[in-house]
Amino acid sequence: MKKYILKRILYSIVAVLVLLLLLFTMLELMPGSPFNDDKLSDEQIAALYEKYGLDQPVYIRYFRYVFSILKGDFGVSYNIAANVPITQLLSERLPVSIRLGGQAVFIGAAIGLVLGLVAALKHNTIFDTIATIISVLGVSLPSYVFALALSYAFGFRLSWFPLLYDAQTPFISSVLPTVALSMFSMANIARFTRTEMLEVLHSDYMLLAESKGISGPKLIIRHALRNALVPIITVLGPLIVNTMTGSLVIEKIFSIPGIGELMVRSIQQNDYNVTIALSFVYSIMYIGIMLVVDILYGIIDPRIRLSKEDSHES
Amino acid sequence: MRAEDFDYSALPKDAFELQHNDVHAHVDKNFASQNYWKDALVRFLRNKGAIVGLILIVIIAFFAIFGPTMNDYTYQSQIIEQQNLAPRIKGLEWLGFDGSETMILGEIKLEKNGYEGKFDDVYYWFGSDTLGRDIFTRVWEGTRISLYIALVAVAVDIIFGLTYGLVSGYFGGRVDSIMQRCAEILNSIPNLVIVTLMILVLSPGLGAIIVALMITGWIPMSRIARAQVLKLKEQEFVLASKTLGANPIRIIFKEIMPNIIGQIITQTMFSIPHAIFTEAFLAFVGLGIPAPMASLGTLISDSYKNFTTHPYMIMSPLIVLALLMLSFNLVADGLRDALDPKQKDM
Repeated sequence: MKKYILKRILYSIVAVLVLLLLLFTMLELMPGSPFNDDKLSDEQIAALYEKYGLDQPVYIRYFRYVFSILKGDFGVSYNIAANVPITQLLSERLPVSIRLGGQAVFIGAAIGLVLGLVAALKHNTIFDTIATIISVLGVSLPSYVFALALSYAFGFRLSWFPLLYDAQTPFISSVLPTVALSMFSMANIARFTRTEMLEVLHSDYMLLAESKGISGPKLIIRHALRNALVPIITVLGPLIVNTMTGSLVIEKIFSIPGIGELMVRSIQQNDYNVTIALSFVYSIMYIGIMLVVDILYGIIDPRIRLSKEDSHES
Repeated sequence: MRAEDFDYSALPKDAFELQHNDVHAHVDKNFASQNYWKDALVRFLRNKGAIVGLILIVIIAFFAIFGPTMNDYTYQSQIIEQQNLAPRIKGLEWLGFDGSETMILGEIKLEKNGYEGKFDDVYYWFGSDTLGRDIFTRVWEGTRISLYIALVAVAVDIIFGLTYGLVSGYFGGRVDSIMQRCAEILNSIPNLVIVTLMILVLSPGLGAIIVALMITGWIPMSRIARAQVLKLKEQEFVLASKTLGANPIRIIFKEIMPNIIGQIITQTMFSIPHAIFTEAFLAFVGLGIPAPMASLGTLISDSYKNFTTHPYMIMSPLIVLALLMLSFNLVADGLRDALDPKQKDM
């Protein structure tokens, strides 16, 4: 077990280093130099290069880049908020995004669980069909289809919820984005719970539990659901990826001041520094979560760490 | 006389005749082992969702091929006086396609018909956009691009992902270990970050989107191919082929691959909606196909800006995109159940 965890941590560290190399290469490849003022003479440019260490060989600059990133220094933004340190932008926006993502996953998981449970218990009835249709839609359609449909129906036509996010009323204005973002988690978990529950309900130990005289909710919750839910971590990977990707578009549609909206804006306004810093933040969150998920896999199901090399889908 | 000595050629042609026992002999259809593909076809046809999906794909593909030539507009022709016209179809006025739209400005509701008086014999089937272009033509032109990207995704999956997985799984040992570590590290960086950065460097366009898909799209397929090879390579038929001196390439592609073709087809079907989604996502982030070309993604993200004033503009590309992704998913689900019945529905 220790060996497995160490191995996973090692991979994650290598992944971070490769990521940093990739980001650094991107910075190098971006067109233009920081000092493209025609008035500067060649000597002045050389002096500036020396001052900022840009005349050093590539590998030295790479290591300096790695160290500055690891210290949490991403530089400043150029276009979006001139000369504001990116760290400051992040500290303002990260909590908003994390809250939105957390809400979406939590609500999606809760509703999905109930939906899947009902579908399994009422197998082959109208409830089952409805739950299946909802989960097929949720898995197939990207979250912005839901976002646009919801904001058209409930935001625009009925005016129940605001069309745009408002920091004054963070709860009511985050309802629509949360629901749109939670569709994928909900559908996935509903599908998963249904399949696992159907399998568990037909297993021998359920028969045994029943023959011991256990029945009703206790049977379902203590014996069936608990066993059905153990492998649920296997869907966490795709779920988190989808929520992250979805949040970029959702935050843009509802103009939520989170890091997704900042990322989109930085791409559209060519603020490379911000784009690269946010790419790093997204990747670190992703690598970190995947590490935790994989270690959990290993703890819960020893077969996984022996047989399955790695199976989270991307 | 021994049998060998008998001169069979001396027998007359009608020495034997068929017994015609068709009535008595019957072929066992209930318990006879069925052809794999026939079996799969039966299972697939029984799946209602998959059939609906397949029909929808055929319809959408038909319009993607012939739609842009169905009327006189092209995807870039604009008639600036005829901008912002709501959908209007000859003969379908009673269904609401009469060219009128309701504008909602706060409390005021305004019924408006841009065609009346000025363009009485003009018909924009899906309406016209803010620059006076025909949305019908642009939607199907965009569907073409989305489907084209989907085809590229399939090609990448098969050429790169499949080969990678087969080779890595078959050779095993150090080769496998190195190849898997590479894939794993690439996979631990989120796709959207790789794709975004690639396109920023390459400058947006169809080529950049395809390159981005090439870099990230093959990993799930390589996983599946590898897992299947690991399962199959210890089996007797592989050993037999090896003993007869077949080289690895022959064993991989001629002996092992035909046995996993079901999983491969299913996986390619799943990668299609993923590719369409990636394109639409990039368009939304502002890294889509440059104007005047249009994909479903760019159409949605462009018309999103005036979706409270002219909602019909976003309706048609959004509905086509949704139907396309939904039907590919349904077909992929159906194929998985048909080709690989043992697998759990996950």
